[in-house]
Amino acid sequence: MTDLSRLPCALIQPLLTHVVRRIAARHPSLFARLGPHQSTDFLIDPIELPFALHLRPDPEALIFRAVPRDAAPHPGALIRGKFMLLLELMDAEEDGDAAFFSRDLEVSGDTEAVVRLRNALDDVDGSIAEETADMFGAPGRVILARLRRNYPTQENGAVAP
Amino acid sequence: MSLAELICPAGTPAALRTAVDAGADAVYCGFQDATNARNFPGLNFTPDELAEAVIYAHAKGTKVLLALNTYPPAGKVDLWRQAADTGARLGIDAFIVADMGVADYIAQTHPQVRLHLSVQAAASSPEAIRYYCENFGVKRVVLPRILTIPEIKQVRKEIPCEIETFIFGNHGLMVEGRCSLTNYLTGQSTNMDGVCSPASDVEYKRDADGTMSSQLAGFTIDCFGPDEKAGYPTICKGRYTAPHRSDAYYAFEEPVSLNLSRLLPELIDAGVHAFKIEGRQRSKSYVRGVVSAFRRAVDDIRAGRSADMADLVALTEGQKQTQGAFETKKWR
Repeated sequence: MTDLSRLPCALIQPLLTHVVRRIAARHPSLFARLGPHQSTDFLIDPIELPFALHLRPDPEALIFRAVPRDAAPHPGALIRGKFMLLLELMDAEEDGDAAFFSRDLEVSGDTEAVVRLRNALDDVDGSIAEETADMFGAPGRVILARLRRNYPTQENGAVAP
Repeated sequence: MSLAELICPAGTPAALRTAVDAGADAVYCGFQDATNARNFPGLNFTPDELAEAVIYAHAKGTKVLLALNTYPPAGKVDLWRQAADTGARLGIDAFIVADMGVADYIAQTHPQVRLHLSVQAAASSPEAIRYYCENFGVKRVVLPRILTIPEIKQVRKEIPCEIETFIFGNHGLMVEGRCSLTNYLTGQSTNMDGVCSPASDVEYKRDADGTMSSQLAGFTIDCFGPDEKAGYPTICKGRYTAPHRSDAYYAFEEPVSLNLSRLLPELIDAGVHAFKIEGRQRSKSYVRGVVSAFRRAVDDIRAGRSADMADLVALTEGQKQTQGAFETKKWR
């Protein structure tokens, strides 16, 4: 059984770098919607994980790294929620406004940056999560399926709002 | 029976394709500027994107309506005229307009393209609607959300154009097209800049106990307890203290969404030609869920079956829904 809370930063760091570069290469239009917030530091905080994710979506110098919370940079914008909710939001399988209304999603800092990132991701066709899983072949797809089973959201599983 | 077209929101090209694939009869969208009332960061279409979107929608039999539904400030009408010229060149099926000057320009310059009167024009009387029809050739009016169904039925008898009504989504009505609350705090105008509560002026603050406050331009407009559902950070949905009240209260409106799923048959019977779903600022997930649900419902009603609507409350603002003035003038 996959338990995200046991994943160490160091193990996933090379994977994150690889993934974000591939995704950026496949979806260059993402950056246009980010506008001036390509240089904003986003801190994406999946509450069950022992670390947060630092994203700076600068096409010239992409940063996507796992950071211990106590060592995270001061973010321009913070996005916090359960891991699977964040994953489903990235894939536009969940609605960000609804998650905000229900208080499952917390945002702070530069709201415009968050809105731009949300709209940029929402304009991507297909599933970034599945693209990521496909990069690692069958093992990647198995891990994604396990994550979805073990961390269900309202839409794909059984958690009531 | 009216056609009961389903008019669906599209904030991005991907959302437009989602709406088309989910069964929209028409989608409405806007450019990335002040010419439309959802001028939000990272949202909307470039001319190239709209060109591709029109091809995609038309290939599947779906119409594309272009929202030019804000009011040009004095001396700045060129942006609206250029947007109209671009839309006409790209083959959109109708313009949604609020400003008389914009309507007149399109009527004179692009008379082959249909004109729809935006809810932002706040035309709710037969006299006002007829004026737009007679002077600009308006073919459809999007009614303000302040009329009961019997009133809509009466209006329908007295106007020469089609009626479109909202059936789902954000319920920030006030006096549509005339609200200046955002302007008061931020200096940006909902009606001229196309943005209500601009994201650059919004900030959320969370206390250690889980309480969240939403602020606009430094003013706290609401404060939600740890387990309380939240709403949009708009002044009209804020809670305020006042000398005559013991607690903070919703002085204007509550955070709540319109949902007329149970009134669809009555609306069709009243002569409503098209049903509008609000939410160009929402995600593909919202578009997929809401459009699919109303597609099934409208098809069921057209086929003489009772509509079995999906529960959409999870997508509503504050996770509350209302039938608003469509049910009763005393809805608040």
